[in-house]
Amino acid sequence: MNPAYGVVAIVLVCTVTLAIGAFGLRLSRTTSDFYVAGRTVTPYRNASAIGGEYLSAASFLGIAGLVYTNGLDMLWFPVGYTVGYVVLLVLVAAPLRRSGAYTLPDFAEARLESTVIRRLCSVLVVGIGWLYLLPQLQGAGLALGTVTGAPTWVGGLIVAVVVVANVAAGGMRSITLVQSVQYWVKLTAIAVPAFVLLGAWVGDGAPGPAAAQETKWIEPLNGLAGQGHPVYATYSLLLALGLGTMGLPHVLVRFYTNPDGRAARRTTVTVVALLGAFYLFPPVYGVLGRVYLPDLASGTADTLVLRLPGAMVPDQLGETLSAVLAGGAFAAFLSTASGLTMSVAGVIDQDLLRRRLGRMTGDDFTVAQGFRLATVLSVIVPYAASRLIEPVGLATMVSLAFAVAASTFCPLLVLGSWWRGLSTVGAAAGLVVGGGLAATAVALTIFAGPIPGWPGALLGQPAAWTIPISFATAVLVSLATPGRIPRHTARTMVRLHTPEDLALDRN
Amino acid sequence: MSGSFHLPTAILVAGSLGLLYALVRLVRHGRSASRGFVSEVDQATHATLHTASLAARHLQDGLTEDGTARAAKHLRELLGSSAVAICDGGGLLAWDGAADHHAADAPGHAQEVLRTGRTIVLRAGQVQCPDPDCPVRSVVIAPVVTDDRVVAALAAYGPNASAGLARATEEVAGWMATQAELADLGHQRTRTMEAELRALRAQISPHFIYNSLAAIASFVRTDPDRARDLLLEFADFTRYALRRGGVFTTLAEELRNVERYLVLEQARFGDRLQISLLIAPEVLPVTVPYLAIQPLVENAVRHGLATKEGGGHVSITASDEGAEAVITVEDDGVGSDPAAIRTILDGHADGDNVGLGNVDARLRQVYGDDFGLVVETAPGAGTRVTFRVPKYAPGVHATT
Repeated sequence: MNPAYGVVAIVLVCTVTLAIGAFGLRLSRTTSDFYVAGRTVTPYRNASAIGGEYLSAASFLGIAGLVYTNGLDMLWFPVGYTVGYVVLLVLVAAPLRRSGAYTLPDFAEARLESTVIRRLCSVLVVGIGWLYLLPQLQGAGLALGTVTGAPTWVGGLIVAVVVVANVAAGGMRSITLVQSVQYWVKLTAIAVPAFVLLGAWVGDGAPGPAAAQETKWIEPLNGLAGQGHPVYATYSLLLALGLGTMGLPHVLVRFYTNPDGRAARRTTVTVVALLGAFYLFPPVYGVLGRVYLPDLASGTADTLVLRLPGAMVPDQLGETLSAVLAGGAFAAFLSTASGLTMSVAGVIDQDLLRRRLGRMTGDDFTVAQGFRLATVLSVIVPYAASRLIEPVGLATMVSLAFAVAASTFCPLLVLGSWWRGLSTVGAAAGLVVGGGLAATAVALTIFAGPIPGWPGALLGQPAAWTIPISFATAVLVSLATPGRIPRHTARTMVRLHTPEDLALDRN
Repeated sequence: MSGSFHLPTAILVAGSLGLLYALVRLVRHGRSASRGFVSEVDQATHATLHTASLAARHLQDGLTEDGTARAAKHLRELLGSSAVAICDGGGLLAWDGAADHHAADAPGHAQEVLRTGRTIVLRAGQVQCPDPDCPVRSVVIAPVVTDDRVVAALAAYGPNASAGLARATEEVAGWMATQAELADLGHQRTRTMEAELRALRAQISPHFIYNSLAAIASFVRTDPDRARDLLLEFADFTRYALRRGGVFTTLAEELRNVERYLVLEQARFGDRLQISLLIAPEVLPVTVPYLAIQPLVENAVRHGLATKEGGGHVSITASDEGAEAVITVEDDGVGSDPAAIRTILDGHADGDNVGLGNVDARLRQVYGDDFGLVVETAPGAGTRVTFRVPKYAPGVHATT
């Protein structure tokens, strides 16, 4: 593969990202009109922004790789990634918006009136954010390595540096316009090459995957995904993805931009449509890969999307398509990583660092300095981890982050929005138990290597047992401690569930 | 490196990190312990102060049922008695400790103290109990007096009412009175803030009303349509500025009102007043104190431009800074003396600029001292007023 094309695409994406960070605020907002205040962010634009931030390395590269190696079952990944928003729409979107919370710890504090829970949520947000950042950085290494042959640490470092520079300098601070354009960039980058490749495939007489072993690949519940017990693994995965989306810190902060609960719901519906459109394409690459690159070495499946054009179409065109895909993949790493870093750094700065820093330096630091320090911290840790930990596959890694989010924030958000009986102690117990179990399972999966049999299946896809346990803990402990139900629960519930335009005394 | 993960090495690294942490903790602990020999008396004092601070936290809302119930445990620890009861005119507020069956008698015991305001001691004869093991044999009841009024009675139950217990009960009751007074003070401060908000509302300056109406009048003949539009703006403006109810609103609402205000001012100043707005749409849903920006803009127009020859420029920006929104109002007018602004922000308002001081005070009251106004100005150099608002603050909700 000729590296020049790919390098140009990646450099272009990085430069544009940095430039938007530096000048974007001015470019996107120069206006002296009156009535600018009436122009709140529309649900459509906000939904594009959520899509732009949400579609990560796992979506862009990982799904195709999974479909390539493990076959039909992996189609549940894109389904799960999208279903999460349906759950979010039905259960959480509007109450979350009406709570007035900006971050997850804010919601916990607003609903449970406890700073201890707030602190607990902050720690979890940082943990989940790091777990989710890890595959972004690994993916960047993979992508750059495939395109240019650079060692894997370079790509991750580039993304880390660009993100830190951007976020710490104050650029890219969740500029909705920029993030919504990102969605369309990513969609174009994956869709256009897909159509060209499909055209080439039809031109070749639409060959099917070579027979023999492929029969298993095309069957449902084929058990190719490793530990066996495919039925359990599939359901557990669906639970993790469906219930974990609501616990992703960088997605939730976007809901604050909606003017009210109704707009929050409308945004979520649009997100489902946008994601549905995007997820049509990654499986195409997986299937075409089976046809044209049947012998890809295991462990490099995540690079399939980038290799495929070179194998299918003649030099010039293939190189260009590869470059477009590499650029799109980098856009995915950068936007997701920026969103995550913003959220993680915000929480580290506000809840964990600021007071301590104030104490240590005798308040001899500015707010901006604290935030910059938090930004560096929030990228360095996952980058170091990405160097130390053997890659277990982008989509697998991301699904583990979803599992932790689903076992902790899902009970908090769902019970918090819909059950008056949730007590402070119960919520804390649910978070600690669910988070502890899921984190242990994740750690064992990452560090101990493949575990055979049921234990391996249970640890590799923990959501199916950690989520119910976490819910049960929260409910039982709450029932046992009715004295610790927050004092203003009734008032908070009224606020969470009444439409804003209803004239009602909410105090 | 892409690959080999060596488990023993990882365990070693994790282990040594843990060890390092433990060492640091130990050294720190050692340092704090070596600050000096702590005598038993000192230790007792510290323990008492700590217990008192724990109790104080629950009493910060005054002697409410909920707060006293939580504080009772710590009060009992302070007194070292078997049980404590806190009663007010309405009956029992809280009971903590052994022998719950006496809780019902407590209001009866406290009756006399609440009436006379004098400490009393009731001994075995007056506190009856059929249970021979019951630790409640006598009680000391002391009044909690604030502003010459007995607001509650603190009862300490124990096997025998020693002089020490009586003394301690009186002291703790006195301490509770101080806490109640502090809480009262807090309530009063809130009421004062509310009154100030009302004052600010009433203070939507009469000049502005005269000037607007005069400007509108000048259009009635020449441009009746415009006059009608302006009159409607004026109606909307006054409806917002004089509304009753909520203390908070959204930034979008507040800015809409600022725009109405500016339309009216532009009718008067014409081309002399130029305005630019730079608003990040992401921060429009942020909750801000009602009438937090309009007084700053009015200030910019009145003090920045009205006294200056030629035209002037007012710019309003609101930008998104992660968990906070930053709002800036800037003019290129005559500026003012920083010292004068300082006295205004310190609360020594001099009539004309009361808006600035009030907005500053309200922001600090709601969000804490980190969130006051920042004013940059010098004579002849214009004025820039900046403040930050957190996107979320506990208990802050917009009402429309």
